[in-house]
Order: sequence, then C-alpha cells, then structure tokens
Amino acid sequence: MTQLTDNILLDVSDLHVAYGKVEALTGIDLTLKEGKLVTVIGPNGAGKTTLLSAIMGILPSKGTIHFNGKDFISPEVETLVSHGLGLVPEKRELFATMTVQDNLLLGAFQRYRRGDKSYDQTLDEIYQLFPRLKERCEQQAGTLSGGERQMLAIGRAMMSKPKLLMLDEPSLGLAPLITREIFRIFADLRSQGVSILLVEQNARAALKVADYAYVLEGGQVAMQGPATELANDPKVIEAYLGFASKHQELLSS
Amino acid sequence: MKSRYLIIIGLVVLAFAPQVLPTFQVALLNYIGLYALVVLGLVLLTGVGGMTSFGQAAFVGLGAYSTAYLTTTEQLPGWLAWSAGSPWIGLLIGLILTAAVALFLGALTLKLSGHYLPLGTIAWGISLYYLFGTMSSMGGHTGISGLPSLSLFGVVLDKGEKIYYLIWAILMFAVWVTSNLLNSREGRAIRALKGGQLMAESMGVNTFRSKMIIFLISALFAGISGWLYAHTQRFVNPTPFGLSMGIDYLFMALIGGVGSVWGALLGAGILTMLKQWLQDWLPLIMGGDGQYEAIVLGLLIVFMMHRSPGGIWPLLVKLAPASWRNQNHLKIAPSAKSLTRRDLPEKGQLILEACNVTRRFGGLVANNQMNLQLHAGEILALIGPNGAGKSTMFNQLSAVDTPSDGEVLFLDQSLKGKTSREVAHMGMSRTFQHVKLLTTMTVLENVALGTHMRGNKGIISSALHAERTEEQRLLKEAEYQLERVGLGDHLYTEAGSLSLGQQRILEIARALCADPCVLLLDEPAAGLRHKEKQALAELLKKLKKEGLAILLVEHDMDFVMNLADRIVVMEFGEKIAEGLPEEIQTNPAVLEAYLGGAE
Amino acid sequence: MNFQIATLLGQDGLTNGAIYALLALSILLVFTVTRILLIPLGEFVTFGALTMAAMQMGKAPNIEWLLLGLALIDCALDLYQYLKHRAESKKLKVIALKLSYVAIMIGLLNQLPLSEIPMALQVVLTLCLIVPIGPIMYRLFFQPLAEAPALVLLIVSIALHVSMVGIGLLLFGPEGARTEPFSDSNFRLGSVMLKSQTLWVILVSIVLIVTLFIAFERTLYGKALRATAVNRMGARLQGISPIFAGKATFALAAFIGSASGILIAPITTLYYDSGFIISLKGFVGAIIGGLVSYPLAAFGAIAVGMIEAFSMFWASSYKEIIVFTLIIPFLIWRSMNSHNVEDEE
Repeated sequence: MTQLTDNILLDVSDLHVAYGKVEALTGIDLTLKEGKLVTVIGPNGAGKTTLLSAIMGILPSKGTIHFNGKDFISPEVETLVSHGLGLVPEKRELFATMTVQDNLLLGAFQRYRRGDKSYDQTLDEIYQLFPRLKERCEQQAGTLSGGERQMLAIGRAMMSKPKLLMLDEPSLGLAPLITREIFRIFADLRSQGVSILLVEQNARAALKVADYAYVLEGGQVAMQGPATELANDPKVIEAYLGFASKHQELLSS
Repeated sequence: MKSRYLIIIGLVVLAFAPQVLPTFQVALLNYIGLYALVVLGLVLLTGVGGMTSFGQAAFVGLGAYSTAYLTTTEQLPGWLAWSAGSPWIGLLIGLILTAAVALFLGALTLKLSGHYLPLGTIAWGISLYYLFGTMSSMGGHTGISGLPSLSLFGVVLDKGEKIYYLIWAILMFAVWVTSNLLNSREGRAIRALKGGQLMAESMGVNTFRSKMIIFLISALFAGISGWLYAHTQRFVNPTPFGLSMGIDYLFMALIGGVGSVWGALLGAGILTMLKQWLQDWLPLIMGGDGQYEAIVLGLLIVFMMHRSPGGIWPLLVKLAPASWRNQNHLKIAPSAKSLTRRDLPEKGQLILEACNVTRRFGGLVANNQMNLQLHAGEILALIGPNGAGKSTMFNQLSAVDTPSDGEVLFLDQSLKGKTSREVAHMGMSRTFQHVKLLTTMTVLENVALGTHMRGNKGIISSALHAERTEEQRLLKEAEYQLERVGLGDHLYTEAGSLSLGQQRILEIARALCADPCVLLLDEPAAGLRHKEKQALAELLKKLKKEGLAILLVEHDMDFVMNLADRIVVMEFGEKIAEGLPEEIQTNPAVLEAYLGGAE
Repeated sequence: MNFQIATLLGQDGLTNGAIYALLALSILLVFTVTRILLIPLGEFVTFGALTMAAMQMGKAPNIEWLLLGLALIDCALDLYQYLKHRAESKKLKVIALKLSYVAIMIGLLNQLPLSEIPMALQVVLTLCLIVPIGPIMYRLFFQPLAEAPALVLLIVSIALHVSMVGIGLLLFGPEGARTEPFSDSNFRLGSVMLKSQTLWVILVSIVLIVTLFIAFERTLYGKALRATAVNRMGARLQGISPIFAGKATFALAAFIGSASGILIAPITTLYYDSGFIISLKGFVGAIIGGLVSYPLAAFGAIAVGMIEAFSMFWASSYKEIIVFTLIIPFLIWRSMNSHNVEDEE
C-alpha cells in the first residue's frame, strides 16, 4: 500500500481464505505494477496455489482484489477473465481430447465473443513463440509431453491477451532443461511489457527473472523485497529445507 | 432419553387409532404404513448408501403378484402345487423371488458408477411393469382378484382396521431392525458407502457386499409391502407397481428425509395426505378432473431440493429442544474384554519393499525404478518437491494402484493383484492426504470403523442386536486408541466439527484400530499447529518403539527432519537421495531439487 | 415374415431409430456439459407434436401461457438481480427484449390464421414457442444447483418431468393428436413401398446430426460447449461460463426434442404423457454409448428402433420389455470391465 501509483495493476489487500474451519491464507497484501514480473515463492503447502485461486475467483475469499482499476470482492472467474486476468493453473486444465489448435483458439473465446477477430494474429505469435505447438497443432492435447502441455497452457492463456498473466508452478514436474526454456520465455514476455504474477516453488529460477518477490510461509507473507535481494537471503533456504528449528536450537544453546 | 418417551407415546396413539378413526382414515393409515415400509428400504439404499432406485415399485409388484398367483390359481403347475392357497407360503416364495431378482440386478449395476444404477432401475422398473401386464397367467391388465384374507392366530384379518395392526407391527419391526443394523459394525460399513468407499475398503470393508446387502434389504422390504398390499386389497393389477409409483416412493423418501428411518414414515405420511388433499381441491380450482397434483408435487420436490435437500425430518429435529435430540450415545462397558492383538514382527525385520517400481500413465512416467525398504520399528519419510511422484508411489505401496513394472513386497508377499482390502487384512493400515471421514458420524464411530476386520458378527445378529458383546469390545478398542492419540475428550463429537489437525489425528487412531504392523501416513502433519505436531511426533515415536513400521509422505521439513530415521527423496519419479536426515539436508541434489538449479 | 414385411418393419425401425438417435445425442450433450440427465426431454417431444396439432386445428396452442409464465418469472429474477447488484444497464435491455419476444409470439399466435398458414411456418412457430423454455428451465431449476451432487440433479430432473407431464395435460388435454404428414406422396423403390414421412424423418435427422457435428467441430461456440464437457475448470478459465453452456445445451435439447416431436407427429398418435417412454428409449441408446460416446449412442439408439420394430412383429406385447431389457447385456459387459471401488466426486 506504500507504493500507490497510478500504474498499479493488481492490488490485493487483507486477503483471507479458509477451507472450512482451517484458514489457508491470513491477511495477504500484494501489489503488482504494470509491466512487472512479480513472483510468489515458498515451500509446499505455504498457500501459493490458494492465493492464485482466490485472486482468480476459483475459491471464495474475504478481502479486496483491486484489478485494472476495479475493485472485486470474491468475484466470479468469468468476470475476471473478461476484465483481462489470465491464469495458467497448476493442473494445466487442458482440453485433453481436443486438438492443440482448438485449445489455443478457445483461449480467445472472450475476444471472439466481443467481436475481436484479430486472434488469428495472436495465434501466429504464439506459434512463433512455441514452434513445437505448431508442429503438433492437430494432435490431441492429452497426447502431449509434460513440457509441451505447459507450453500449451501458457499459450492458451496468452490467446486472450490478458493484462495480467498468472502462472501457478509452471516448472512443476518439468525437466531442468525445459524449465530453463520456459523461464526464458517469461523473461521475454516481461521485456515485451506483459505483466506476470509467477507462483513458484523453484525459488532460484523464479528470483532470477522476477522484479519483486514475496515469500509465503504458513499462509502468510514471511518476507518480501526486490528479487535480487531475496536471491541471496539465507532465510529463504531455511524456509524450504527445515533448518529453522535447528537454527533456533543452535541459538538457544 | 426423551425421544424414547416420544416413541412410546407414538406407539400408544398408533394402537388406539383404528378404534377412534373412521374406516376411510384407517385405510389411509394402512397405505401410509405400506408405503413407509418401501420408503424405509429407500432410506437405507439412497439416504444411507447413496444409491438411487426408481424401481422399488417393481419389487413391491413381485411380492404382490407372487402371493396373488399362488393363492388364487386353481391349477398350479405340478412343481408348485404344494404351495397352493397359503398366503404365508406366498410370502416366502415372493421374498425368495424378490431376493433372486435383486441379486441379479444388483450384481449387474452395483459395481457401476453413479448414473447406471438409477437408469438401470428405471429400465427394469418398466420391464417388470409391462411383464405384469402382459402375462396372461397374471391376469393381464385387469389383474387378479379374489385373494384370500390373511389370518393370524385364528383371527381373520379381513377388515382394514384388523390388518392395520399387522401392517404397523411389521413396519415397526422393520424400523427397529433397520436402526439396530445402522448402529452396528455392519452398519458403520454401510454408512461409509456414501462418500467413503475408498477409505472403507482400506479398513478391510467389502463395500460391494455392503451395497448388495442394503439393496437386498430394501428389495425385501418392498416385497413384504407388496404381499401385505395384495392381501389388504385382495386384488392386484399392474398400475401400483409402475414407474410412476417408483418415482413416488423416492419422492416420499426425499420429502420425509432420506437420511433417517423416521423420515420414511414422515415422507410416506405427508405425500399420501398431500396427494389426497390435492386430488380433492385442485380440480375445484383448475377445473376438469385431470391429475394436476403431479404439477404441484413435482414443483414441490424441486423446491425441496433447492432449499432443504435433506428433507423435512432434519428440520423438525432442529426445531426440537436440544435435550430431546437423540443423545443415547453408544455406551462402552468398562468390563468389555479388549481385543486380541497380532504379534508384531521383530524389530529390524524387512516389512515393506519396493523393487524397481515403475508406473506409467500413458506417456508420463510417474515413478521410475523406485526402490525402498521399510523395516519394523523404523520411521521412513518419503519427501520431494510437488509433482515428484510421491502420491503415485504411496498408491503403489498401499495397493490402491498396481505398478506397470516391478513389484511391491509386503511381508514377503507380492502385492500384485491384491486389493487394498486384502492388504488391510494382511496388516497394512493407512491415512489419507485429503482426510476421509464420515463427517456426520461421531468421532467414536469413525474410529470404530477401523476395527471392522477384528469383528465377525454378520448382518442378522447386527439387525437383532445379538452382537452386543463383540460390539462392546470393538468400541472399547476405538476408545482406547482415541485416548492414546489424545482425542479421548471428543468421543461423541461429530467428526466434521473437529479441526483439520484433529481430523488427521483421528485418521491415525482409526488406522491403529485395525491393529496393523505397518502404518502408511500421507501428510499427517499438514494443517497441524506446532503443539499438535509435537504431540504427533511423540505418538509416532512411541508406536515405532512398539515395533510398528511407519512410512510417511510429508512436506513439513521440520517435522520430518526431527522424526524420521531415514529419508528417501524423490524428484521426477526417481529416487535422488536416501539417507539420514543430516545427510539429506546437506545433499546438493536435494538442494537443487527443492530450490531449483543454479545456473 | 416375407421381404415385404421386413422392409416395412425396417422402415419403421429406422424412423423410430433416427428419432431415438437424435434424442440420445441431446441427452449425451446435456449430460456431458452439465452432468444433468435430462429426463424431461420427452416432454419437449410431446409439447412439439401437440403444439403443431393444435395449430393445425386452428387453435392458438396453450403453450404460449407456459412460455409467458416462465418468461415472467425469469425476468422478475433478472430484475431482482439487477436491483440487488446494480449490474450494467445491459441487463434491462435483455429483460425488455425477452418480454417483447414473448409478446410478439402471443400476438402472432392470436392474429395469424394458424390452420391455413404453410406448414413450414407452423413448424417455425412451434419451435419458436418451445425452444426458449429450455434455457429458462435451466436457469430457474438447475442453475442454482450448479454445485449440487449428481443425485440432486437427477431428482430435480425427474420432478420436472413429473410436473411437465401434468402441465402437458393441463395445456393440451387428455386427447391424443396426430398431425398431417409433411407431404402426401409415397414412393416406390422396386417392390418396396416407401412412406414419404419416413423419408422426411430420416432426411431431417441426418441433416440435424450433420449440422450438429459441424457446429461442434468447426465453430468456436460449439467448441466452447465441448470444452466445458471435457474440462469445466479449464473452460471457466477461458471465460466460458457454465451458465452459458448450460443454457445453450438446454436450448439445443429443447430444439431437438420439439423437432423430433414435429417429425413423428404424423406417424404416431401422441398423448400428453407419451414423451417419457420415447425419451427413455433415447436413454437406452445413450447408456449403450456409455454416456460418453456419440457414435455409439446413435448406433445404440438406431438398434433400439430396429429391435422395437421387429419385436412388434414377433412378440408385440413384449415389445417394451424387450427394448428395456436390452441394456442388461450392456450392463453385464460394463460391470465386467469396471473396478469395484469408484469413489464419488
């Protein structure tokens, strides 16, 4: 809330999410400026996916989500999509029995509905970005390899030309080489001016491409700061590998 | 306790009703009783077991037509001649026939998922209805008339107010039997069918058998109702056994409250009276003499489904003062003998072993050449980043899934082809990543489900509550395990109202009730508070000392590092490291897996 | 049985089979997109047939009042939501459009000489009256239950069927009706006599099936519906709302249902309660298709029609029994190939 300038694209304040009686997120504040790449990192189970789901309206939440000049309180997914928010979910959620091309075209459904016919151009751009998808454009999405699926999911989300692209663990289950390729693409997109909110467990890779980072732990923001600073912070490693208690023991002894 | 007085008052009112009510009202009560018997079966089948049937009317028809045919046909075929004339033999044969048909149809549809059963019931409901109408020996569409009245102890039940007592006595007996059944070991298995089949199987419950049992019981209740109906009316034709009656039965169950035995009575009563009333009044409003009550009833059901899908009974219960509500908890006699335990293997003995386990899903390799060993008296942790294939591995180890290559050995036996139920009987017990509890049952009942394999009393003794000694021993075991894990104060709490951490602990207590020699825990510490984690760690250490082998998949590193004896780390479906906690924490491959490669 | 009879039966079987196939396809469509088993589909069939029949008798069909009533409730809800959420003013326009549509329909029905206008116009009017009932039905009865368990959806579906049969009686009365055939001529193909209505049914069914196929394979809206069936969450993330998908499939189902009714009305006398059995035969087809496969469902439905026609000849009184026990061998096959434990959603 300290950096309220006119180019703030996403501003989440005091976000709470509960599964039944268990609070999964408590009082999250998060800001993203236009054209920036912000990453949310943290160990498994810290609430990263929950955070994205809540922003996207998949999960009911308490708190305000300010996006692109409008305030939303526990909004509907479709509303946010039509306002220019795109999510590549952790599970990809591809249309497995449909072709790669159909998957991509459906990404432009909202644009088609609005009468925007320029999506063919976007399709070409995406094929340029991911030539592998073009090779397989008539193949069913369910037959793709893990890396190709991830590319397809990202491509599909970009077909809607979102103002903000949110990615949930894009490196999940991908071999290091492909992870590197995908992260290179994020850097590219970022330099083209696409705003990105990247949720990652792979902290090192994420911190390398991001402008700003939040570290989530136990449903709360444990740390935040410019990505370059956090990349060298030893406390990040502790959060991941459970040295914390050992550390405390050392301190107390 | 107050609810018991209510029942007694109700029974007294029932006993005097025919003395004071006019004949027509008694006839209505008879119908309500007959319907309620069928609906009671539906409560068991749909409300408790989660299976929907539109075909109950056909079973009623089987019961009715069997006795009608046997008691009125002059010249029975030779092999049936011995049974001529007696309604009681008609009942017996009707029930045998109903059971046979139900077994056949059940075998066909109960294994299939969700929608096949209701659609299947519609299909056979129609088939049987047309069959009644076409078979000339059954009188075709005109039906069979001239059935004899029943007689009991020399009293001929030829009037409505006489057969009334038989109908309601049978109904009350059926209610008693059903509620007994539900409050027993078999009943817990039945109640687990709705939403907990995977869990129940892993506790050694044969869920298919449980489904078949309630399908049979509901068919038999319907058959008895048909027999009573036939001898009340002394006439049968196909109409009351058609699909629209089948739908009505289901509507009664839904209106009354499909989750409780009293809902059956309530629903049968409300729908019967409402129909009567609508038939009297609607033609006056709408003109003509059509069956317009269908419009109102249909919309009423839709409204109910929107507003109160549980039916009216739960609403009434909510209205009743708290002290009236059913508080008769399962009592545990302190004198009950504890159950015998299995001898645990010696410490250090190899219990569970994965040998080159590979699991492929299409082109994806979720587990590749995984090897691990688990010994008695050891805690082994399986960790790895998201998507590393831990859950798949867990499924291979717990026989939920079968490896594409390689095998899992449990106590030197291959798990290939074994179901999770068989593995449970061999002494493996587990918890679930997404807690699987029966949220409306008490903590004690949930945990008692874990003792399922350690009892052996069947359906009939359960229904008659002739298995109370065994039941006491099972409950005592459940209580003991609950106290052991620190939930001793919550025996009678609804499981769904516990915190997530407590629910996870409950799952461990349930797993322990099965008296296992190996315990597989899927993220036991997720959602636990710091104190709870410490308590859990203490418990697991204690179990380990007793000689149990424990394998846990866990994300919480603090927890794992302080608890596990050895750790196996997975990434991309493969084992990338194995060793003592300290070794793992400094292993560069592990660091890279968790934090990503530094270029 | 000689060749002559066999071809006659075959024609009957194919005619009915084509209708069952249409119904089976819309059942599958609705089921895969919305998880709803659309039991009241049969009522759309009878409503279509009986509306046509009423027009041909020169009466304004009473279904206009059903449409009016439902549209009013629908608009009232729209208005309530508009006032509550202060939604965009687009919503008011939609309400006005809906109401004027209904007003125009009622006006047309009461002004036009219904029995004299060309049959094609009667068909169009009938469809215009009945198709909107589909999406309104979805909106009023199923949309609030989007997250409900499958059992609740099934019950609501059955309850609506029960209600609609009653409404059918109220609107059309207990008498059965048959409409004029689309054309009078009969054809001869060698020694085989072909009834023209048979050809109509088969032709229109093929055209409808091909059109549907193209719509689902080639247009983005069709693909959007398929996408919802394949992956609901994936579809929502592309902005394809399940509400839109639900209304669209219900409209399609209402269209196919009432079109089927119009097609068979010249062949069979339909009563207000005839729809159920007809749609159930579509369900038998859909079950044979495993509730997922369109070609198998269509094939199964045609098989149902054929078996029904030939059992008319050999064992007419056992016709229905034979048709409905058809699913048993299929269920045996399915249950042999299924695992015991399938945990519910």
